Amino acid sequence: MSGRVEGKVAFVTGAARNQGRSHAIRLAQEGADIIAVDICEPVPSIEMYPPATEEDLAQTAKLIEELDRRVVTTKVDVRDSAGLQAAVDAGVAELGRLDIVCANAGVFEIQPALELTDSAWREMIDINLTGVWNTCRAALPHLVAGGRGGSIVITSSTAGLKGTPNTVHYTAAKHGVVGIMRTIANEFASHSIRCNTVHPTGVNTVMIQNEKTWGLFEPDNAHPTRESAAPIFESTNALPVPWVEPIDISNAILFLASDEARYITGVTLPVDAGYTVK
Amino acid sequence: MGKLEGKVALVTGAARGQGRSHALRLAEEGADIIAVDICAQVDTVAYPMSTRADLDETVAEVEKLDRRIVAHVADVRDEKALNAAVADGVAALGGVDIVLANAGIASIGVAEDGNEAAVFRTLIDINLTGVWNTVHAAAPTMIEQGRGGAIVLTSSTQGLTGRGGDGSGAMDGYCAAKHGVVGLMRTFAHWLAPHNIRVNSVHPTGVNTPMIVNPVVESFLAESADVGDALANLMDVPVIEARDVSNAIAWLVSDEGRYVTGTTLPVDAGFVVR
Repeated sequence: MSGRVEGKVAFVTGAARNQGRSHAIRLAQEGADIIAVDICEPVPSIEMYPPATEEDLAQTAKLIEELDRRVVTTKVDVRDSAGLQAAVDAGVAELGRLDIVCANAGVFEIQPALELTDSAWREMIDINLTGVWNTCRAALPHLVAGGRGGSIVITSSTAGLKGTPNTVHYTAAKHGVVGIMRTIANEFASHSIRCNTVHPTGVNTVMIQNEKTWGLFEPDNAHPTRESAAPIFESTNALPVPWVEPIDISNAILFLASDEARYITGVTLPVDAGYTVK
Repeated sequence: MGKLEGKVALVTGAARGQGRSHALRLAEEGADIIAVDICAQVDTVAYPMSTRADLDETVAEVEKLDRRIVAHVADVRDEKALNAAVADGVAALGGVDIVLANAGIASIGVAEDGNEAAVFRTLIDINLTGVWNTVHAAAPTMIEQGRGGAIVLTSSTQGLTGRGGDGSGAMDGYCAAKHGVVGLMRTFAHWLAPHNIRVNSVHPTGVNTPMIVNPVVESFLAESADVGDALANLMDVPVIEARDVSNAIAWLVSDEGRYVTGTTLPVDAGFVVR
């Protein structure tokens, strides 16, 4: 049986692990070849979880090749627009085309607003907002030139739709990418290029599974754990689950990227267990 | 194996158009169908409505896919008839897992007899109260059987914008009812979340069905260039196909959408974002 994105090429940022790896694999399972990039390095203001590594990115590539799909990887920072452009150009040169973009790369850190330093603010905006734009900017010329349309999916957050305390830089960036999405949807509709955002609630990765994030949900516990924080996480969602899995976001992105969604554009799609509606 | 193997789906307005398409799409994925349709004309509707023959055709097409279907003529305004239809379907096929509150009408332009209030009221009765009746006909057994479920309410781009409003009972009633469906979706999402029953709305732009593609709508749009322009899509496509809405619904009700609830999903070629 033919895959849902058979013969297409997808560009995935933040592909070394977690959601990005899951998206790359899910799309590869359905027949896509993958251009995978990741910073594979620490970012100074992100302290609460460890960074992705080059070994992680290599593992993503290995998993894609095991699915008998092709993959081109580059270690590059989404803040480096020239480096990102070169990575996409090289990927398209090797894989022949570009159809799907997952602007997934992002970081998360908790910081009370009045304790936020200028550099931490700037770093967050540079990665989570400007990095998304750089990703789109690098990919759009290839989508336009291909003349077959395309689908861009930007990973926002429930924090892209609602205010969330202690994350003003993150929340501002995640709201900002909705503006990028809406503008691209309008500006490139005539090329049949669609653009949508997904808005996950907490996803079961190291980005939330760390002591500082557990503590945000459970401020009165000096030694919060995954188990002790889970009921508090769950209380923020409407459905009786504490968090969702990377595959749930990947399945939404796969749907949006596929021809099943050929007329869905300009949409903010929560995958949030009812967090936003609660 | 289909994504909906072993599930039972209730579909209102299933005789033709989007409803038939949804029934077939879900049946392709393995679901059995409880189909309901009014199969009669409504006074305030100018285009010809569905018939018993249409509903029979849906039955034949679902059976061709080797799925079971129980079809009943019932008006979504008539909660007793609707409850009876659902109860009969459940007795034959088992408990409902999926509900598609799809039945709806459109009116357009100024009422011929000048009775704008009747046009407005009928739109609210069918497109809003009918959705409430539909969900309440199925939800109690869904809760009782305790295996979760998924409900999709068919709203419209007119559930998210008022574009094209002209003060007629037709536009006002359609827009108000379709906005009201979003309110129902959100309150149902809260009500049913503890039971792992998800509730979402879809918001199609104009779909290539007899409700939109008919001489009445065509002459109205020809005479009202402003409204026609206001109702244009962002993507270069005049109307989408019923299948496009069915694909969105098939995804929402499948396990791939297992944590998607409380969302308004446009399938609108960019109409709302324009």
